[in-house]
Amino acid sequence: MFEMTIFLYLFFFCQHFTMLLLLLYICATKLFGFIFKCIGLKRKTAEEYDKGSIIKNPNVPHNPSLYKKPFVESFEETPLMVAVLTYMGYGILTIFGYLRDFLRQWNIEKRHIARERDEQKDFVPLYQDFENFYNRNLYIRIRDNWNRPVCSVPGPKMDLIERSTPNYNWTFEYTGRVLKDVLNLGSYNYLGFAENKGPCADAAIEATQAYGVGVGSTRCEMGNLDIHEELEQLVARFLGVESSMAFGMGFATNSMNIPALTGKGCLILSDELNHASLVLGARLSSSTIRVFKHNNMQSLEKLLRDAIVHGQPRTHRPWKKILIVVEGIYSMEGSIVRLPEIIALKKHYKAYLYLDEAHSIGALGPNGKGVVDYFGLDPKDVDIMMGTFTKSFGAAGGYIGGKKELIDYLRCHSHSAVYATSMSPPVAQQIITSMKIIMGEDGTTLGADRLRQLHENTTYFRRKLHDMGLIIYGNEDSPVIPMMLYMPAKIGAFGRQMLKKNIGIVGVGFPATPIIESRARFCVSAAHTREMLNTALDAINEVGDLLQLKYSRRERPLPSLGWMSDESLLKD
Amino acid sequence: MNFKNLREYLAWLYYQYLLITGIYVLEPWEKSIFNSILFSVIAMVIYTSYVFVPIHVRLALEFFTRMFGGQPESTMTLMT
Ligand SMILES: Cc1ncc(COP(=O)(O)O)c(C=O)c1O
Repeated sequence: MFEMTIFLYLFFFCQHFTMLLLLLYICATKLFGFIFKCIGLKRKTAEEYDKGSIIKNPNVPHNPSLYKKPFVESFEETPLMVAVLTYMGYGILTIFGYLRDFLRQWNIEKRHIARERDEQKDFVPLYQDFENFYNRNLYIRIRDNWNRPVCSVPGPKMDLIERSTPNYNWTFEYTGRVLKDVLNLGSYNYLGFAENKGPCADAAIEATQAYGVGVGSTRCEMGNLDIHEELEQLVARFLGVESSMAFGMGFATNSMNIPALTGKGCLILSDELNHASLVLGARLSSSTIRVFKHNNMQSLEKLLRDAIVHGQPRTHRPWKKILIVVEGIYSMEGSIVRLPEIIALKKHYKAYLYLDEAHSIGALGPNGKGVVDYFGLDPKDVDIMMGTFTKSFGAAGGYIGGKKELIDYLRCHSHSAVYATSMSPPVAQQIITSMKIIMGEDGTTLGADRLRQLHENTTYFRRKLHDMGLIIYGNEDSPVIPMMLYMPAKIGAFGRQMLKKNIGIVGVGFPATPIIESRARFCVSAAHTREMLNTALDAINEVGDLLQLKYSRRERPLPSLGWMSDESLLKD
Repeated sequence: MNFKNLREYLAWLYYQYLLITGIYVLEPWEKSIFNSILFSVIAMVIYTSYVFVPIHVRLALEFFTRMFGGQPESTMTLMT
């Protein structure tokens, strides 16, 4: 009995002690804040932050002379308090996950998910790894924010089918109603070519009438139409390369062509944030893969040096080929690849470069020709230019551009060229028409207008979000704008609150991002008008206050006199 | 944030609590389990503070007086 009391006493003593410390800590921070204010010490300004420790990934270019214009990219560090609270949130949810798993195990609760059959119960468990646990116990709870059926063109505004769930997101039912005119901030519709009318749609209809929709054979056999040849010549001209080749699917372009290019005894140096298709391609190629830190040239250079000095493991023979695989715009980070430095490294160490321009083609550069155009470089310096038609062109498929020998080789060695049905004619026509509009070959300035509009929208939207005190990642010219939410519950809450205000957004969490860096990703489009952006910004501002998303510790400009004065500032 | 009345403010605070702890995404019965555990712990802490803190303080005071003030006194008593 006595020990019991002592134990209890100690336990509560510890509790009191921690509470006391917490109180002291709060008082001290308040007091210091007050003292600093009194003696006139300021918080760091944005520039100081950029130089200093608060940026997670400083990435100071060691060769700024390679850039023709300033390269401003920022990744503000997660505030410590937010990180701690986020981990705590995941901790609580994990505990409840275990509780639910326990209830399901003992059949106290109905199971809605796949499970092992009784005959399998002594075998290795199938659904016990972390990803399954996460899906079952965390993702399902906020699943209503994803996979919503869209029932119109996913242009700047779209219609969504309303769903309801009788059992907390395990199953959904359609209510029969439609959410009209939801503002779309999630589609990769950078140049606004996702349309059901206009020149592209008309041309696609004509192509359907001429060729039909299905092709029914591969490029090698009966599926090689004149429209495909035309498309490939146009793409080559657009990119400024010798030759190019188009495929029916962007994902397959990566995952099937990298294995055709490298094999055993080759080395692939891949950015850590590369898209799944690149990762899959690299793995299928059976080459050795080494991963460098995101956009970090020191890391890449070190890997290159090591590769050249040491050669292959064990045998120490030199590598047959070294292929650097990077993306133009990273779709989760909004960062732009440091292409000038990569090209310098690649030339210095005689490696090859594979550049995936899925998000950057059409969206970056004064002529919409991607990162190469953005940095004002020579496309011939990039050995393999890959990109997709899914984003800026409002179509489907992917391309590879490069030297004529490369393309001729791929034509007979790439799986997606030899075994996959060729691109549907209306899709090819959509690409041809939209690409001609971007190049200005249709005799109008519509393409240039769209490019300018996209750039304006990007700058405006990014600056406004930044001024609100939200943490946004990435390069200031990138139309992909990730906004940090951090806490797991806030992904769900943000999606639902925004949809209440008739705005559709994309939330991203683990496994697409590191576990504490959940975010919302906005994709700005040239089709968004200033009013739409302002509606969106007002809503984000309101929801940001409601959910306390304004984490940024940088100094913010004073609140201005409203939209009008800001707009006049922007025009200068 | 501007609030019209105290009720709205409290509702907002509760919402923040839901979001930060993550129990926003839980089902109502799970929420109530979490809340009742948390509140009973807090209540216990408050109750025990009420009971034990005066004792702590008295013991601590006694300890320190014995450390600093008590020593010469005791030697004195020994000597006499
Ligand atoms: C970098 C990158 N590569 C390839 C793809 C795949 O392209 P598609 O959607 O056309 O299959 C994507 C799509 O999101 C991407 O982001």
